[in-house]
Amino acid sequence: MQHDDVIWDVIGNKQFCSYKVKTKTQSFCRNEYNITGLCNRASCPLANSQYATIKEEKGQCFLYMKTIERAAFPARLWERVKLSKNYEKALEQIDEHLIYWPRFIRHKCKQRFTKITQYLIRIRKLTLKRQRKLVPLSKKVERRESRREEKALIAAQLDNAIEKELLERLKQGTYEDIYNFPIHAFDKALERQDEESETDSSEEEDEDVGQVEYVEGDEMDESDLSDFEDMDKLEDNEEEQEQSSDAEEQELEKETSKSKGKAPVKGPAQKKRPFVEIEYEQETEPAAKAHST
Amino acid sequence: MRTGKMEPEKKRKRRREPGGGEAEAEAQAQAQAEPEAQYPPNFSVSEIKNKQRRQFMYQRWRRAQRKEQLAAKKKRQKEREALGDKAPPKPVPKTIENQRVYDETTVDPNDEEVAFDEATDEFSSYFSRETSPRILITTSDRPRGRTVRLCEQLAKIVPNSHVYYRRGLALKKIIPQCIARDFTDLLVINEDRKVPNGLVLSHLPNGPTAHFKMSSVRLAKELKRRGKDPTEHTPEVILNNFSTRLGHTIGRLFASLFPHDPQFVGRQVATFHNQRDYIFFRFHRYIFRNEKKVGLQELGPRFTLKLRSLQKGTFDSKYGEYEWVHKRHEMDTSRRKFHL
Repeated sequence: MQHDDVIWDVIGNKQFCSYKVKTKTQSFCRNEYNITGLCNRASCPLANSQYATIKEEKGQCFLYMKTIERAAFPARLWERVKLSKNYEKALEQIDEHLIYWPRFIRHKCKQRFTKITQYLIRIRKLTLKRQRKLVPLSKKVERRESRREEKALIAAQLDNAIEKELLERLKQGTYEDIYNFPIHAFDKALERQDEESETDSSEEEDEDVGQVEYVEGDEMDESDLSDFEDMDKLEDNEEEQEQSSDAEEQELEKETSKSKGKAPVKGPAQKKRPFVEIEYEQETEPAAKAHST
Repeated sequence: MRTGKMEPEKKRKRRREPGGGEAEAEAQAQAQAEPEAQYPPNFSVSEIKNKQRRQFMYQRWRRAQRKEQLAAKKKRQKEREALGDKAPPKPVPKTIENQRVYDETTVDPNDEEVAFDEATDEFSSYFSRETSPRILITTSDRPRGRTVRLCEQLAKIVPNSHVYYRRGLALKKIIPQCIARDFTDLLVINEDRKVPNGLVLSHLPNGPTAHFKMSSVRLAKELKRRGKDPTEHTPEVILNNFSTRLGHTIGRLFASLFPHDPQFVGRQVATFHNQRDYIFFRFHRYIFRNEKKVGLQELGPRFTLKLRSLQKGTFDSKYGEYEWVHKRHEMDTSRRKFHL
């Protein structure tokens, strides 16, 4: 026997109902067949033997009804009717099936059905728009990447790299004429050339040491050696003067060029031959004088 | 505790004993050597069960190690000084860059095939000066303050760029409109939890799309010792360390954001520096103090990018053809292997 009032008396007020969720202001019913979702005398599916709901499955709405005649057969308790996709037709269907049913249930069924159709429309609209995909971040990976980034930053030495690159561009001349530095660059280039030439000449000297060369007899006579003496002295004086001046670089350059110029002539005489000074006196004049007196 | 203190005393006594008399020392050393030879090899510190004693023995071992190392170092230094000029050159310390696994796609500067490819790829029109860049900067939906300010600052830095507010539009719909209005690049800054964390850079007519993870974003205000605001002059571009084919593509992608002829009067430079697959972006103003020194002053924002994927066409996450995707389990296994 179905005594709804007794059932409600027990579960609604006095004792425990497992579907009931109590909050400060209201209590809700978690029963899936509940039409309003609140825990009321009129809304409780357990405490009403004649009851109807709307339920939605995968976008399809169904009208569920239970009557007191089937209360003894739980397996056949709920009667299900598929509602049409057309909103007005579905409402007519609800009316047709719930004819002569209490006003409350009819009204609430239609309300619920309206709500369901509205949210189904919204779902369809949202799926067409862009969906934000949430990608889970692994804390371990994030930590690893941030640590590697720090180390990479330290290894990068950004300021140095940028400065180097800018100086390279300056040297290559991408900023022509904006900056006045190129003179120094030219001097540097000259220095580099000088160093190269000096190393070359020293290498030549090293190569020549120890090698046996057969050279033609020099055209220079011994009498000419005195001239070479003077030339040496001249050269020494010049060198001293040059070294005393400020701009050494240019003078170095001049020296090397001069040495280069003189090398073919003076080289064998100056560097390789042992140099002997010989003075010659002429004896003809004193003899003449002696004779006269 | 007591046993721990006992042991060093014992050792000290043992050391003092050989001190008296050479012959005695030798005899004792021999006597000690023989029984030592019979013993099993050195005990290991980790097998002592007592924690305090274990720690103590470990500390002692460490001190001994440090001493040995110092002695070895001094010896080496002496040898080096003694040899003078003939000393062998100092060994080069190993760095991750030295030990990098050689990537087979590294570009050789003289490679003709690469040169040919680059002459005919999507950027060729930029590099042959047919098109000049025009950039559209936008964000993901509902950007917050930081992202908006970052966009504004980027718009100041990159000449010829426009910021547009994204009103929930799909990128696939934006792109044809951009192409119609003659934009060459699309830059989308993605935001998560009020912080910009991603960058999608798409070269427009049909060019590649690169998706980066953005981190360490510092807006211009937050930089220390900052210069004044960037001026309207076109900045120079520095691209460092893009060595592989993939790196080249990305480098060209960045280069095509900036107009071809930088105005040197402005003295501004934007740097994209790649180090171990992290691309550091900096924006500086420079000044040459003399031919050997440059002064740098950081202006605009800075951030680091890490490439996540490179797609051949314009943005299409589902059906696009991906040229390169970062696969963590394959690519993050070795610490010496980099892809850019």
